[in-house]
Amino acid sequence: MSIQDYPSRLSDPQSRKAETFSYLPKMTDDQIKAQVEYIISKGWNPAIEHTEPENAFSYYWYMWKLPMFGETDADAVLTEVNNCIAANPNNHVRLIGYDNFAQSQGANMLIKRGDM
Amino acid sequence: MAKTYNAGVKEYRETYWMPDYEPKDSDFLACFKVTPQPGVPREEIAAAVAAESSTGTWTTVWTDLLTDLDYYKGRAYRIEDVPGDDSCFYAFIAYPIDLFEEGSVVSVMTSLVGNVFGFKALRACRLEDIRFPLAYVMTCGGPPHGIQVERDKMDKYGRPMLGCTIKPKLGLSAKNYGRAVYECLRGGLDFTKDDENVTSQPFMRWRDRFLFCQDAIEKAQAETGERKGHYLNCTAGTPEEMYERAEFAKEIGTPIIMHDYLTGGFTANTGLANYCRKNGLLLHIHRAMHGVIDRNPHHGIHFRVLTKALRLSGGDHLHSGTVVGKLEGDREATLGWIDIMRDSFIPEDRSRGIMFDQDFGAMPGVMPVASGGIHVWHMPALVTIFGDDSVLQFGGGTLGHPWGNAAGAAANRVALEACVQARNEGREVEKEGKDILTNAAKSSPELKIAMETWKEIKFEFDTVDKLDVKHK
Repeated sequence: MSIQDYPSRLSDPQSRKAETFSYLPKMTDDQIKAQVEYIISKGWNPAIEHTEPENAFSYYWYMWKLPMFGETDADAVLTEVNNCIAANPNNHVRLIGYDNFAQSQGANMLIKRGDM
Repeated sequence: MAKTYNAGVKEYRETYWMPDYEPKDSDFLACFKVTPQPGVPREEIAAAVAAESSTGTWTTVWTDLLTDLDYYKGRAYRIEDVPGDDSCFYAFIAYPIDLFEEGSVVSVMTSLVGNVFGFKALRACRLEDIRFPLAYVMTCGGPPHGIQVERDKMDKYGRPMLGCTIKPKLGLSAKNYGRAVYECLRGGLDFTKDDENVTSQPFMRWRDRFLFCQDAIEKAQAETGERKGHYLNCTAGTPEEMYERAEFAKEIGTPIIMHDYLTGGFTANTGLANYCRKNGLLLHIHRAMHGVIDRNPHHGIHFRVLTKALRLSGGDHLHSGTVVGKLEGDREATLGWIDIMRDSFIPEDRSRGIMFDQDFGAMPGVMPVASGGIHVWHMPALVTIFGDDSVLQFGGGTLGHPWGNAAGAAANRVALEACVQARNEGREVEKEGKDILTNAAKSSPELKIAMETWKEIKFEFDTVDKLDVKHK
């Protein structure tokens, strides 16, 4: 293959990334479910956040309800993910796994890119 | 009853060999691997090491009787065979905590690896491990921020971070150097790094480099929407110059600076760590000179000791070796000192060369940095070995990409995220690595070319410093 240009532009909002998994293609429903199951298997608390793409650099995105403390049913988490997407169709949506022992987020991954 | 003064030379073992001694929780414990001169009994040698690294000198002096030497002395309390090596043995020595100044790694190292290493009765001596008592750990500042705060500040979770050392290490102008930084960061790396040789040479003075690199960071952040950093090396010839650079770095709003803790010295390092804690800068630690100190299996200081010393002195990142790249590092031993960097409590584990339990209490952890001769094909192994709390640094593996740094960075980022995704799905990443990367390359031409470029390169020399095991 001949040398290719790296297609990233300040002027192009599509060039904006949003951390973990934002360099991978859009996830299928099964792939999202596998990530939810990973968070649950680690004993972390699932949480959902969303934001307008233009405000994604901020540390704080909007919380979708409260973190789902103690939730171990992946389908229940997915239902909330879909509720969040339906209510905020143009937003980025990310899935978080709060690790309360490390006092950190064990996982924080972009699972749906907002339309821009 | 008071003792009387008898001038002359006493055998060390009469005073310093105490096989019945029960070490206290507050004691420092040290394990030396000692290669004696022929004909000297092991107990005498172990006692000599205890004496020369604590209160003893070669002859009795009258002022010994003005203090309670039996309290202050180091005590050789155990001798063990070294598995698979008859030329040497392990000597275990306990020291009372009062022998060392609070919060001073310098004080500890000066005693434990001081005169004793030149002692004629030893052909060679290696400090294998130290147990720092928790009471002493709590007097040290430790990492300026630690792993958890760094993740929050950089807003990066659930994956290792990615870095790259800018090359060529010497000779670039500040503006061209900043170009290389910008290209790496816009392509998807989290950090770039000054090579350790880069300080403030005539071809690129530090102030120019700092300003151009900061511009590169800000442009890449605006372009990618992600937080970025470049380790600006503040290592300098004098502490005054070092602090001047750190202060300028803070003023221009950069997130992370860098120091070389062995060539710069523990005093400088501890001071800079305190400065970083006070001023909100992350601190990346390089380890130039470690190979001189830690590589010989019979003489010097094991890297696990240098790791503990750095965690106490202070640093948020520390180079750990890669296991798989171009530089020395046995896998089990490396896993041992990675635990020493990150964990709160590290139990004794002879299979990893760890001789004592070590409790760091509430002290934050240090992020291990894997750097040196690694490329995308190593990614599955690196994610498996290091886990999320690490920085994986691909120098040649980013800059050597046929389409340039940005493409090289993107290739590494895609490979990393694909491996993390697969791991989270429960797949065996090291075993299925080829499959995972090949699949990820379908949506990333940058990764596809990187995989074709580095297919053949491997670094499979045997390690020189192996763990002590039977039947070598």
